[in-house]
Amino acid sequence: MSAKGQSEVKVVRSTTWSAGTGCHGGCGVELHVRDGRLLKVEGIAEHPYNLGTLCPRALALREYVHAPDRLLHPLIRRGPRGTDTWQQATWDEALELVEQRMTGVRARYGAESTLFVQGTGRDVGGWLVMLAYNFGSPNWMQSLPGNSCYHPRLLSMKIAMGDYVVPDSSQFSGKRYDDPAWRVPECYLVWGQNAVATCNDGLHGHWIVHALKRGSKLVVIDPNYNWLASRAAIWLPVRPGTDGALALGMLNVIINEGLYDKAFVRDWTIGFDELRTRVQEYPLDKVSQITWVPADKIAAAARLYAAGRPSALQWGVPIDFAPEGLTVALAINALWSITGNVEKPGGMVVARPAYGVTSYPMSQAAIEAMYGDAMPREQFAKRIGADRYPIVRDLHWRAQPDAVIDQIFSGKPYPVKASFIAGTNFVVGAQDPRRWRRAFESLEFNVVVDLFMTPTAMALADVLLPSSSFAERDGVRAWWSPLTSQNRALRVGECRSDAEICFELARRFNTKFQYATLEELYRFYLKPSGIGLEEVREKGWILPRAGSRELPYARHERGLLRADGKPGFETPSGKIELASSRMKAWGYDPLPSYTEPQFSPVSTPALAAEYPLILNTGSRSIAFFHSEFRNIPSLRAMNPEPLAQIHPRTAAQYGIANGDWVWIENQFGRIKMRARYSLVHPRLVLTQHSWFYPERVREDADFSAYEANGNELIPGGLHSKTGFGGAQVKSLLCRIRKVEERAP
Amino acid sequence: MSARGLWIDVEFCTGCMACEAACRQEHDLGPTEYGIKVVEQVLNGGQTFNYVPIPTDLCDLCARRVQQEGKRPACVHHCMAMVMEYGPLDALIEHMARRPRSVMWSPKPRPPRRPYEDLPGTTGE
Repeated sequence: MSAKGQSEVKVVRSTTWSAGTGCHGGCGVELHVRDGRLLKVEGIAEHPYNLGTLCPRALALREYVHAPDRLLHPLIRRGPRGTDTWQQATWDEALELVEQRMTGVRARYGAESTLFVQGTGRDVGGWLVMLAYNFGSPNWMQSLPGNSCYHPRLLSMKIAMGDYVVPDSSQFSGKRYDDPAWRVPECYLVWGQNAVATCNDGLHGHWIVHALKRGSKLVVIDPNYNWLASRAAIWLPVRPGTDGALALGMLNVIINEGLYDKAFVRDWTIGFDELRTRVQEYPLDKVSQITWVPADKIAAAARLYAAGRPSALQWGVPIDFAPEGLTVALAINALWSITGNVEKPGGMVVARPAYGVTSYPMSQAAIEAMYGDAMPREQFAKRIGADRYPIVRDLHWRAQPDAVIDQIFSGKPYPVKASFIAGTNFVVGAQDPRRWRRAFESLEFNVVVDLFMTPTAMALADVLLPSSSFAERDGVRAWWSPLTSQNRALRVGECRSDAEICFELARRFNTKFQYATLEELYRFYLKPSGIGLEEVREKGWILPRAGSRELPYARHERGLLRADGKPGFETPSGKIELASSRMKAWGYDPLPSYTEPQFSPVSTPALAAEYPLILNTGSRSIAFFHSEFRNIPSLRAMNPEPLAQIHPRTAAQYGIANGDWVWIENQFGRIKMRARYSLVHPRLVLTQHSWFYPERVREDADFSAYEANGNELIPGGLHSKTGFGGAQVKSLLCRIRKVEERAP
Repeated sequence: MSARGLWIDVEFCTGCMACEAACRQEHDLGPTEYGIKVVEQVLNGGQTFNYVPIPTDLCDLCARRVQQEGKRPACVHHCMAMVMEYGPLDALIEHMARRPRSVMWSPKPRPPRRPYEDLPGTTGE
């Protein structure tokens, strides 16, 4: 005890990853705690991921952890769903009820009748897989139509290249930018991502800024002029939804002008001649007409990108949000492949979890390796969507979300009766949100796990379990590198981590569950590394060993990518497949192509006359992560109201002043947002996404889930016939008008 | 010893507000208090995407943190674009010469101005 009678400050090193920094994590942090209070969070300067830096959300962790509206105890619903009628329960009571109800559903309808639902990829998805597997259900899923967040891009890479690649920002090296093996990308192409407001999928957004400071020339593909566009050598304001045509146009230039890497194409790819033939269908005058980007700008961007030695490319979720997102992503794979930017310093490098540690399975193979004998093959084959979509059956590792919603309503081929929902607020965050809500309202039993009262919890939960921020979690993480440790700094109320909650239930559901404690399971995760749990905890992070297969470069030449140890890529042909043998076998076009969106000024001119603007939803705010953080005062102060950005010239046409409340409406609904003048594309309205008002969640009839929520304007079921792709999340049509204030 | 200050390469400041949040935490400020505030240059009423962090009267350059903990000021430490530096003004000025579109600050704290505090009838008592 210090002189003032307070305990000493304890400093715990950990890693962000959970609900509650609001991101995909990876930053090394010091957590300063005293007497059960988090005093401070500080970035670790020598950590290779964040280099000491932190974003405003992480820096507001104290407010988040000790927020007055945190859920601190398990709650059991006593009144009808949708009403604020909860009774506090002990963990034993709550888990007993969950066990009893879920095993009851399992006995009556089969384990497959229960869904395990996650949101974005955080420290919860892996736990839901474990829980589902040990419950016996193959139906774990992401709560987003068409799996349209990263999965179309992930699958495109798996299909074309056999692995996942990421732009090389030196993140695999402890020396980072000082590593002599690394090179500054001469050209950095950012495709559809406001990277300075976000960190996604293992990439720290500001790494791109660090590259610019070191001299990278920037190409930005984004309909909207933003910070990155303002610093770009070339900016292509693409018409939303036409990225596929743009990629094919760039390929046309690179191939026809002979700017591709001929040796790499010859040695490491197949299907180049077919691709060359295909891109002839996309001459620049046609592409320019489709994309609204001048032909000379497209050519200049293609030349700059192809000339880069190396060039890096970072892509965003707008690619997935096109119904044909998978094929758009295949075209972009072809861009970095034919330019020979694969496995080059500062180019695109294969990303694998450090030391082969799987803390978050990202393939069927990884899941089976972890929990293989717990689920018979015939049970696994019941995964919803596997009968309809061959990619779901053969390559993906989740149920297909739209097929799940359809099956809830149809009851065919088997009924869906219960759900376990953790770390997702899909009553707000899914497209066609009312249909999703109705579907889950029809289930017999729903469990929701979250840190705060959300519209999803209010609408659906029969039992609501309080989970924790990363500061309250133990664990190991390898996404991608380095191998990191999460070390718990404190407990808040009775909150438990998703791992603790799912682990306890997995033991209850499967009497043969092979682990007695979570620590045993972490040790199992670490097994391929040969590293002890204590060592990871002590060090906080461990970089891959020199020469290991988790480190770039040129691994395809050294036989480090294929399971059989031969040179090449882990595809059926051993080469990067510019024309995909797997796509062909599944009955799809093996080559990338462009399809005009179903609703657009081109496809539906009559509709466009009624709704003349393009609805571009989902602009990122540094203060928020999807639907989270609007209850945190300092972050809300940065962005107090839902914003619809509109070009001043366009706004003037509609008599809208900067700061007016406006209706944004289309054939599917209307929402109310605050107009903000900005330099967005004059033909579109750019709206923030997944807004609700936490201060009204318990009072409003609809928990304020729809009033300012762009998903209200987006239908479900527009994804491509592959089962992947978005519901034109970025490219529907709309109109805008001022909300008339009533006279006092 | 030369007076200390901040140098900021505003060409690459993205306006992320990490400096605001880091300062708020370090100095236990309220949700709408600022020891440093990011403002966007506005030209002819339009966006420029040029952001300039400006220290306020609350900024003491993290004197306690720097002297007792040997760390850089919280804003400099956490800046995601890594565009802020802390040091002697005579050293920082060399960055200015090398990097156009950068700024230097020489902050000094002062108590808040409360001009009506002592006037009778203004306290609501």
